[in-house]
Amino acid sequence: MLSLLTEMLSYTFIQRALVVGIIVSICAALMGVIMVLRRSSMIGDGLSHVAFGAFAVATVLGLTPIYFAIPVSILTSFFILRLSQNSKIHGDSAIALFSASALAIGIMAISVTKGVNVDINAYLFGSILSINPRDLIISVILGLAVLAFFLIFYHHIFAITFDESFAKSIGLKVDLYRGILAVMCSIIVVLGMKLLGSLLISSLIIFPCLTSMQLFKNFRQVVIASATVSVLCFILGLVASYVFSTPTGATIVIANLGAFLACWLLAKIK
Amino acid sequence: MSLIKVQKLSLGYGNHTVVKDLSFTVDSEDFICIVGANGSGKSTLAKGILGLLKPQSGKVIFDNLKATAIGYMPQEHKIIPNFPASVLEITLSGFLNQLHFRPYYTAKQKARAKHNLALLHIEDLANENFSDLSGGQRQKVLLARALCATTKLLILDEPSNNLDHQSKQELYELALRLNRQHHIAVLMITHDLDHHNLIGDKILALSNGQKYFFGPTAAYVKKIHSDTEHHHA
Repeated sequence: MLSLLTEMLSYTFIQRALVVGIIVSICAALMGVIMVLRRSSMIGDGLSHVAFGAFAVATVLGLTPIYFAIPVSILTSFFILRLSQNSKIHGDSAIALFSASALAIGIMAISVTKGVNVDINAYLFGSILSINPRDLIISVILGLAVLAFFLIFYHHIFAITFDESFAKSIGLKVDLYRGILAVMCSIIVVLGMKLLGSLLISSLIIFPCLTSMQLFKNFRQVVIASATVSVLCFILGLVASYVFSTPTGATIVIANLGAFLACWLLAKIK
Repeated sequence: MSLIKVQKLSLGYGNHTVVKDLSFTVDSEDFICIVGANGSGKSTLAKGILGLLKPQSGKVIFDNLKATAIGYMPQEHKIIPNFPASVLEITLSGFLNQLHFRPYYTAKQKARAKHNLALLHIEDLANENFSDLSGGQRQKVLLARALCATTKLLILDEPSNNLDHQSKQELYELALRLNRQHHIAVLMITHDLDHHNLIGDKILALSNGQKYFFGPTAAYVKKIHSDTEHHHA
């Protein structure tokens, strides 16, 4: 086992994937707790499709995808929030509106542009080879910023997630927090998309929370367990994909599915 | 000593006005029941006082009280079901109006949270999961949280909703005790029009968003009786 890990870590691209993956796994799990409990977990799915569109357009325009995709996803998350507050378009409809449109724009951009070599599969399903040193630096900086915000404002985030009216009544700037959380979610989705792909990144947000909620019943336990499960499943998926030569993103999601089923069964037996 | 002066307040949603031109004062140590039929504007008024809804006109003036230092107890059914949170986590969140950028609660705040749980006779539930509790116990937890947020004014939004008779009476007694012994003013919204349950000193009765009555409870009961007799005659 040790020799296998040593062999894996001798590759620079795996080292980069490991660092980015651990950071994204922790941040996605923390965001996931909030989003699952607020019944808005599909926003991650919607934003990942928007990020796909942005990556495709950026590639066609010759821009650095991550620099283009982060602001586009952030802007979209604000639009989704704004539209959700509009009584005529509910939250899930707003997400579907942006999700399908962005996917279509991305595919159109790639298909009508000649002479640009775009690996759609890498965008849709992720590629461990695609993490470059720049992605690593951006992921570390933004990931740590997300983590710091979550730790400093942990109690505020809890209060807003549990009971928005009460939080507002004691003077918490609920709309501001909601906006910051949307920004953080956009960042996490874009950072994780290169690794897991547009179609699978939302699982990193949703699975760890659902898994830990099977066994733990208070907020702090659920938060810690989600982050732990997420990192463990990421490492397990990464190693398994190396050993069995399977797609990394899909293997990580399968590891998460396995953890969920195991905890669900444990909860039933208890 | 007055805590809140509501002056010519109108509240609503979009172009629709729910509370119209309402004025009244909440004094320290008052226990006011806000009564009225469904849709009369009781909860909208609470939202207006708490700053959750901007006035269409008029204003709410806070005297000797910070606007964010009101202990609000929302309707229990608005809480997300199966939310993983312990009773102590929820109770402590009442202190967030005093936490600012500090990422932890002080030992004093933790002690006071436990004291508030003890005051409501639920100190044994501190580490229990909120979603495992009965309706009456949940209401007490939300009341304990509200007590952490204030020492001056509680706003209770239909606290007896979905409670059995015994839990309802117990909650009313607790609210009365907090008012009488701990000198906390209480604004309690209720649609429980049974006059035996009108436990406050004063009644603010709303009808179609307008003030129908504001004054001592005994006078309100008398007015209701005389209105009923007049109606039957």
